[in-house]
Amino acid sequence: MIVITPEIIKEHGLTPDEYEKIKTLLHREPNITELGMFSVLWSEHCAYKNSKPLLKKYPTTGKYVLQGPGENAGIVDIGDGVAISFKIESHNHPSAIEPYQGAATGAGGIIRDIFAMGARPIACLDSLRFGDIAKNRQNRHLFEYVVKGIGDYGNCVGIPTVAGEVYFEDTYDNNCLVNAMCVGVVQSGDKVISPLYGPIVKGVAKGEGNLVVYIGASTGRDGIHGATFASVELTAESTEKKSSVQVGDPFQEKLLIEACLELLKTDCVVGLGDMGAAGLTSSLSEMATRGNHGMEIDVALVPQREKNMTPYEIMLSESQERMVVIVEKGKEQKVFDILKKWDLHAIVIGKVTTNNQFTVLNNGVVAADIPASALTDDAPIYNRPYTKPAYLELTSKYSISALPDINNGNEPLLTLLGTPNIASKKWVYEQYDYMVQTNTEVIPGRADAAVLTIKDTNKRIAVKTDGNGRYTYLNPRVGGQICVAEASRNVACTGAVPIAMTNCLNFGNPEKPESFWQLKEAVEGMAEACVTLNTPVISGNVSLYNESEIGSIFPTPVVGILGIFEGDYKSMTMSFKAAEDIIYLVGETFNELGGSEYLKTIHQTISGEPPKIDLSLEKELQALTIAAIKGGLVNSAHDLADGGLAVALAECTFEHKLGAEINLSNELALRNDCILFGESQSRILFSVAKDKQEAFEKIFKNFKFQNIGKVTSNNHLKIKVSDKILVDLSGHKMDDNYMNSIQKIMGQI
Amino acid sequence: MNYGVIVFPGSNCDSDCFHAIRDEIKADIQYIWHEESSLPSKLDVLIIPGGFSYGDYLRCGAIAKFAKIMPEIVRFANGGGYVIGICNGFQILTESGLLPGALLRNQFQKFICKDIFLKVTNTESSFTRDFQKQQVITVPIAHGEGRYFIDKQGLQSLEDNGQIAFQYVSKSGDLTSEDNPNGSLKSIAGIFNKNKNVLGMMPHPERCNFVNRESLKILKIS
Repeated sequence: MIVITPEIIKEHGLTPDEYEKIKTLLHREPNITELGMFSVLWSEHCAYKNSKPLLKKYPTTGKYVLQGPGENAGIVDIGDGVAISFKIESHNHPSAIEPYQGAATGAGGIIRDIFAMGARPIACLDSLRFGDIAKNRQNRHLFEYVVKGIGDYGNCVGIPTVAGEVYFEDTYDNNCLVNAMCVGVVQSGDKVISPLYGPIVKGVAKGEGNLVVYIGASTGRDGIHGATFASVELTAESTEKKSSVQVGDPFQEKLLIEACLELLKTDCVVGLGDMGAAGLTSSLSEMATRGNHGMEIDVALVPQREKNMTPYEIMLSESQERMVVIVEKGKEQKVFDILKKWDLHAIVIGKVTTNNQFTVLNNGVVAADIPASALTDDAPIYNRPYTKPAYLELTSKYSISALPDINNGNEPLLTLLGTPNIASKKWVYEQYDYMVQTNTEVIPGRADAAVLTIKDTNKRIAVKTDGNGRYTYLNPRVGGQICVAEASRNVACTGAVPIAMTNCLNFGNPEKPESFWQLKEAVEGMAEACVTLNTPVISGNVSLYNESEIGSIFPTPVVGILGIFEGDYKSMTMSFKAAEDIIYLVGETFNELGGSEYLKTIHQTISGEPPKIDLSLEKELQALTIAAIKGGLVNSAHDLADGGLAVALAECTFEHKLGAEINLSNELALRNDCILFGESQSRILFSVAKDKQEAFEKIFKNFKFQNIGKVTSNNHLKIKVSDKILVDLSGHKMDDNYMNSIQKIMGQI
Repeated sequence: MNYGVIVFPGSNCDSDCFHAIRDEIKADIQYIWHEESSLPSKLDVLIIPGGFSYGDYLRCGAIAKFAKIMPEIVRFANGGGYVIGICNGFQILTESGLLPGALLRNQFQKFICKDIFLKVTNTESSFTRDFQKQQVITVPIAHGEGRYFIDKQGLQSLEDNGQIAFQYVSKSGDLTSEDNPNGSLKSIAGIFNKNKNVLGMMPHPERCNFVNRESLKILKIS
């Protein structure tokens, strides 16, 4: 019998007050197994104890929303019996310590969340952030193995990785960010739309006497305390926590997907849940709470891959590729048969009970006995104090007026095209099978978002993840707004209507008032953007405590946006298609360089205010863009983002080896660097055939737009501002910098 | 034509092949589970799809060759039935001895997914008859172990019997090392058996449903 000491409580990441609360809820002292169970479920990762009050600010309902936050993943109904389930989740700390397995199991975990809803996973996306890879071998190592981990897992399990983003910034040294999103298709109602997709199932346990069936891989000691680990800062000792990192087996996952979807075609499943963070403890207690029932299981029945495992270890293990099914009593044979076909474990480990008690036995002897809701609903919630960080005083005062303007943009443009943040991410996505399932209509690198068809339906969707840690660092509220607006704009640039969002909040220690202020401001900014842009939040994840010995990371919210095509019009890509097409810049440019890639790369400065954004203007821009694409009026659409106009123009020329001749008027007498490389928001570059010009201009008549030049057949980019040549570069030179830069850097490994 | 596609645990292109045949080629196709002890009686073409059969543990395709259905596949092929192995399916065909040679780890170690150019080296087969000799087509690859290798004698035999079906080439049809994505011997991307009723290839013609649709013709037996 282990005596619970203050040291043990502290090691479990619980405060003395929290321990007192546990005693009150139990009316006694917990034993060590119970303490372990509380510690994982009351961690930030599972309980959102620091972020819950903020997350309430998000809009979570709307005409498409079938399932908002609170389940394994959210679901939107896109009509005709088809629904989409999606969610993003972080696996930052495990990836920082063991990049290959950390990233692989991150992908595995989010995929399970999706098929736990009955959906067939059809796409993955990844938002990755590392320290500077040009500077540092450790960063290259992390980058190399995170990408390999995601690739090996997704490729084997047969889910294409179709889009995402990768950024490099010193702030992510020693604390890389690995956020993985998965998208799945599920029937919205009873009507069977295809044998490929399941009906919606929820993570509930109900019906007295129904059986708790454990399926999938056996339980080992890996990942014990992963959830608690995700909720503390990284230190040198963290590397000793290597046992907290789980090991993935994508083959098992593939079998689980097929077996679960087959199970859902029978009438025996009451509920389905993934054993993710906090393993058996969280999946079972959450299912019991949601179903308003209790549960009794015996851990001795759990398949174990190691000898002499204690109830504590079994309940807390985060071994991968495990699921729990609640099966209607008497129908268990069907489950056994299907799981046998897929060569997977299916073992009854307990039953659903009427009271709310979660009882864990070990060979019939009680090892833990806790009200299920004490673990879930009674977790402490903190309203943390917050203070505006002092650094903002300095950064917000920064002015570009002391910066010399440029008269020639050639060198800065070539440099920017080769900087890993802007350069082609081909080195990454060519390691991912982005085509398996043959739904990927628009592949990586071709458009601002990926476009997917949905088999056996007439539906198409567009998906994209986006984030901007630098903007959010310089102004969390505006940074939060921009990150939603930009992901949404990316989706709109393919012609799809953005309808819902998932998000991953990667922030520092919420117990520090400065970090909490960043979180609060960013979430409020994101919530405002979601309301205006009509993209309710249906799922997400919070990753706090992203701090290492060098301090907190830039606060980095990442959002994933889902868009739908309303009709069978052609999806749009970013490349110029035909010489002589007219190039339009829609939106307004200002003297804005704060937080830009230009300021960082060319002037080694991360400062200033990020570009301002008007959310209602953004909403209108996106609606008009979709209308123009729907009407077949444009040949390309590309959002202006990192590196501004000059980079966007170059990017439009690569695929078809075309060129552009641009002549910008400069009535506002803006700075040349701001015109070429500024990142003013709500701007999109279009190319339009001459016979569509009139109709195009009519659509944007109430909007700021400028006819800035034309597409040329020679592979060359010429940009004049008020008739003065600022950029004059061959496509070949730009292409080489853009396409091969990351590969060259990674070649140094 | 009646098609069948084998489903091993870990196959992940089975459904893609199913849809390519049903929706693009417009022929009948059915799934065949690896534990079946016989093939459907009405069967003309059998596809062994890509993926990671049995997790590709040990070696790609090495465990699949012991599957219950495997002797039936061998019998079907030896009886003149058409068999197409794509990617992992190609690996299974070489492991099981229906095709010569082996597929090794890509030269640069990494998994590669991208469109590549293929030369149709031999058009005298039911898989390639619809193409012009030396025609360059575009087909995507997605594999980590696709470097074709065979010993000197084996290569000679392949060449003598016209068994080289496809080779990786440049856009203009030249065999260059830059256009050989995985370091395959002689840039070999696909081969036939001697009778040319069995085809194994690393590229995925079933993925040409959006672009390069002409390459789907490889799956259409004529």
